[in-house]
Amino acid sequence: MEANAEEPMHLYEKRIPIVPRWVRGKFRNFKSAVLVLAYAIYFVLPWVPWHRLSGINQAVAFDMVGRRFFIFGLTVYPQNVFWLAWLLFIAAVFLFFMTTLLGRAFCGYFCFQTLWTDFFMIIERMVQGDRPARLKLLKQPWNGEKLLKIGTTHTLFLLTSFWTAMTFVLYFGYAPQILHDFVTGNGAQAAYVAVIILTLSTYIAAAFMREQICQFVCPYGRFQSVMYEPETLVVTYEYRRGEGEKGRAGMKGDLKTREARQAAGHGDCIDCGICVQVCPVGIDIRDGLQYRCISCGLCIDACNGVMGSVGFPKGLIRYDSEINMKKDVPDNPHLNWNRLKVYGYLVALVVMTSMLAVSIMHRTDFEYSVQQVRQPLFVVLSSGKIRNRYEIHLTNDSDRDQSFHISTEDIPPGSLDMGLMQNAVVHPGKSVIVEASVEMDPEEARQHKSFEFVIQSQDIEKDHAEVKVSFFSENSQI
Amino acid sequence: MSASKQQAHVPQTTGHVWDGDLQEYNNPLPNWWLMAFYASVVFAVIYWFMYPAWPIAGTFTTGFKTITYVNNKGVEKTVHWNTRALLLQETNEAVKAQKPYFDKLSSMSFEQIAKDPEMNSFVLSAGKELFSDNCAPCHQQGGAGKVGFAPNLTDDDWLYGGHFSEINHTITYGRHGYMPPFAGVLTDQQMTELADYILSFEKYPVNPASAEAGNQLFHSETAACYYCHGADAKGRKVIGSANLTDSIWLWANVPAAKTIADKEAAIKTVITGGLNRGVMPTWQGRLSTDQIKLLTVYVHDLGGGQ
Repeated sequence: MEANAEEPMHLYEKRIPIVPRWVRGKFRNFKSAVLVLAYAIYFVLPWVPWHRLSGINQAVAFDMVGRRFFIFGLTVYPQNVFWLAWLLFIAAVFLFFMTTLLGRAFCGYFCFQTLWTDFFMIIERMVQGDRPARLKLLKQPWNGEKLLKIGTTHTLFLLTSFWTAMTFVLYFGYAPQILHDFVTGNGAQAAYVAVIILTLSTYIAAAFMREQICQFVCPYGRFQSVMYEPETLVVTYEYRRGEGEKGRAGMKGDLKTREARQAAGHGDCIDCGICVQVCPVGIDIRDGLQYRCISCGLCIDACNGVMGSVGFPKGLIRYDSEINMKKDVPDNPHLNWNRLKVYGYLVALVVMTSMLAVSIMHRTDFEYSVQQVRQPLFVVLSSGKIRNRYEIHLTNDSDRDQSFHISTEDIPPGSLDMGLMQNAVVHPGKSVIVEASVEMDPEEARQHKSFEFVIQSQDIEKDHAEVKVSFFSENSQI
Repeated sequence: MSASKQQAHVPQTTGHVWDGDLQEYNNPLPNWWLMAFYASVVFAVIYWFMYPAWPIAGTFTTGFKTITYVNNKGVEKTVHWNTRALLLQETNEAVKAQKPYFDKLSSMSFEQIAKDPEMNSFVLSAGKELFSDNCAPCHQQGGAGKVGFAPNLTDDDWLYGGHFSEINHTITYGRHGYMPPFAGVLTDQQMTELADYILSFEKYPVNPASAEAGNQLFHSETAACYYCHGADAKGRKVIGSANLTDSIWLWANVPAAKTIADKEAAIKTVITGGLNRGVMPTWQGRLSTDQIKLLTVYVHDLGGGQ
């Protein structure tokens, strides 16, 4: 009984809300530029028109019903799924490459969790004011002002979330039509379900979860952290310069000039705490590299601002590498290219990207397969001739009607019988099956155990294929 | 940790005390588990009301949920929810999905269908299903037929004709092939002569004198083969008599017989006993006109045209 009376361990620590301060500086500007660019692409793209002979007249449209994706001038079919696989490989290697050079730069500037959280924080700041005002509002009892401000913030959050979700759905068809159907209640069930789920998940992830997604949900943050090397540029607090011999100290009393501070054994860090206040994940970078850091560089902007105003050299917090920090006098921070790993990633990137580009450029606008009819494998005709039949599957991947002409090579002329179908017209994105029948007398069959079908598009010259097939007869050795 | 949370943790007991000092800890189930349990209880009760659930003597509670389908007589039926009705409902939907194709098919001629790649593709895929369900039991999967049982549809020999209209007629109304038995009418010697005559068309090394005698007999009033098989022995499509001059055999398995004597015997069996087996049932009434039309084009694709 005694042991149980102890204070129970609490495994769960309640999250302390992070209320970051706004900061100005080059990394903030870069972050804002990326945000504007990414939002412009994401929200505007479904509304960009694009002329097509068939299909959806929209620059980017994922046509689920027609089973094809339109991406500008490219039409992607399910059978091109390996392009997606390659793209994902390339994206993964590019991420590794960036990580080994620059740490979690993706997390800090490009990840949609970061972008949406950042945008939501901007909304908060616009409605409620900067950090001090927001902290005050948090502590304030629930009165009219607080209700109005928090209510407005969350209304804007929900509107942004809804439009984010809606935009996602708009990619799956002709955007104006989808929006019209959605608003008038005639939309697809999947559209409503997707919008509800995405609205809620965006709202929860960007308004409440925020950095917890990076810390507890996202696997990338964790595995990127283990890909750091001593040469990797990471957000670094120059400990020696900041702390001196006796640690950081505020700008008070005699410690107002750099010389006086150095004489007293204190470093350049004036312990203003701005770097902590601006951090969107709520860490103190002066504690060193930590898994929660998303490498966004806002603390660099903050520190540079403070150092500038007190007249100390900038760069107390900066992107730098561990090996540089170990030097007696650190060099100027620079990217460390000269590593086998970097070259390896680079080679993999170049090879895969060029392979993908070649594959996309050399795509044909049609697909085909020739299958021998095997029930029965061959038929003896009344004249004693032997007939084999083949099913030719043709798919038109182009944006216009194509007429395919089918002929044979290596067998006596006149052996091929296409029935009533001399040319097979296939509409864009459609497939047809054409039956071909080949007849030879037993002597010819003995000589021609295989031959070639030649498929030639009458409309697109490069859509040409030669397929070797077998011809079976009683004499065939099976 | 705040002071308010540092209250002493006193373990809960059930409150019972046995033998003066025996107590039992009260470790209740986790709330999430209880909630899930209660939710499933509620779900089960709602389910009983919605779907067939409880057996009662010879019957059962049917539930309030209903399902509507159209049966094969075209009558719309609404019954309590059950999986059989669900299957019928889904079948209705599948039929509805095929309808645009069948509508197009019924407005087109056979030749138009065969020339149109998209329609012909539909014929090949839908026809394969119809053929497998209805025709394959006799004509075999793929239509290769079986010697002595059902004709091969993939070759170019058509007893009743291989053109669209003839195939359509055959499927719609069925066929019944007949050949009278010649046992007692012809002697064994005469039948051998006839067999040799027929085998001579295919250049088998038969006795020329015997084949010539067979030729005479074929065109004589004694055997009168030419009545049905024609003076040129090529058969007559109106009555479905076989072409005896080609290398295709349906009833007498000549190609499989190794020696000339065996080949003669195979033919003589047919002449002796006659044929009353070539029965193709009528499909009118069992399949719709459009289904028969589709099968016609499908069978024509297999080897029709002659």
